Amino acid sequence: MKSKILLFVLGFFVWALLVWPPDIQHIIIGILIAFLVSSITGDLFVKRPSLFTDFKRYLWFGYYVPLFIWECIKANIDVAYRVSHPDVPIKPGIVKVKTNLKSDTGLTFLANSITLTPGTMCVDIDRENGFLYIHWIYVKDKDIEKATKLIVETFENILKRIFE
Amino acid sequence: MNEVLGTVFIVIGLAFDFFGCLGLVRLPDVYNRLQAATKCVTLGTCGILFGLFLFRGFTAAGLKALLCLIFIILTAPVSAHALARGAYISGVKLWDKSVVDKYGEDISK
Repeated sequence: MKSKILLFVLGFFVWALLVWPPDIQHIIIGILIAFLVSSITGDLFVKRPSLFTDFKRYLWFGYYVPLFIWECIKANIDVAYRVSHPDVPIKPGIVKVKTNLKSDTGLTFLANSITLTPGTMCVDIDRENGFLYIHWIYVKDKDIEKATKLIVETFENILKRIFE
Repeated sequence: MNEVLGTVFIVIGLAFDFFGCLGLVRLPDVYNRLQAATKCVTLGTCGILFGLFLFRGFTAAGLKALLCLIFIILTAPVSAHALARGAYISGVKLWDKSVVDKYGEDISK
């Protein structure tokens, strides 16, 4: 039930932004559609609604966003350097790293963050054993432990505090 | 003031989009090209949309630009995973000079 209410509020919020400035017709249709969608698919949206009441998670999310943007800008400068250099300095390969995250949302955010940070892109996830396969544009270390330290640790500790 | 900042963001976004396309041409294989395309085109397009938001402020067009920015950040990496995994499973080889392929070793087991 809580999951349905959350989906309703979020869906209505996005609708309100899409039809800005709001008038009465749009608001009524938005409420109807948000209600219909949330009553059909609402149970799939969040598995543990109790996480939303924990205030500390929002603070950690506020810390995660600027860090993510900064890493993203660094990644872009890195790619710009590699493709504009005359020799194209790359040494690509697919490495394997470990992760402790278990929840769906946490793993999705970790994989997305890894994809948008310098030189790495997530190829596949092995959920049972907690492994991620990462395509690395300049392989610094083939070893699992060291690669984990270099790639995953920046985000894993923060994401664990937000989503686990 | 907002117009100056917006122009700066749009120019930076266009520059990153250009580097992403350059990467598509210069890098050797699917996976490296996806790296350039995903990273640069995501941030480049977000830069352009954020510049548009600064131009228009909290109006109909500006808010739609902000929404598009959020959806692009959320969906672009997911499509990159899907493309990379699909390419690997359907048999696209890594570049000859790649140093390591742990995924292939684990899949063929």
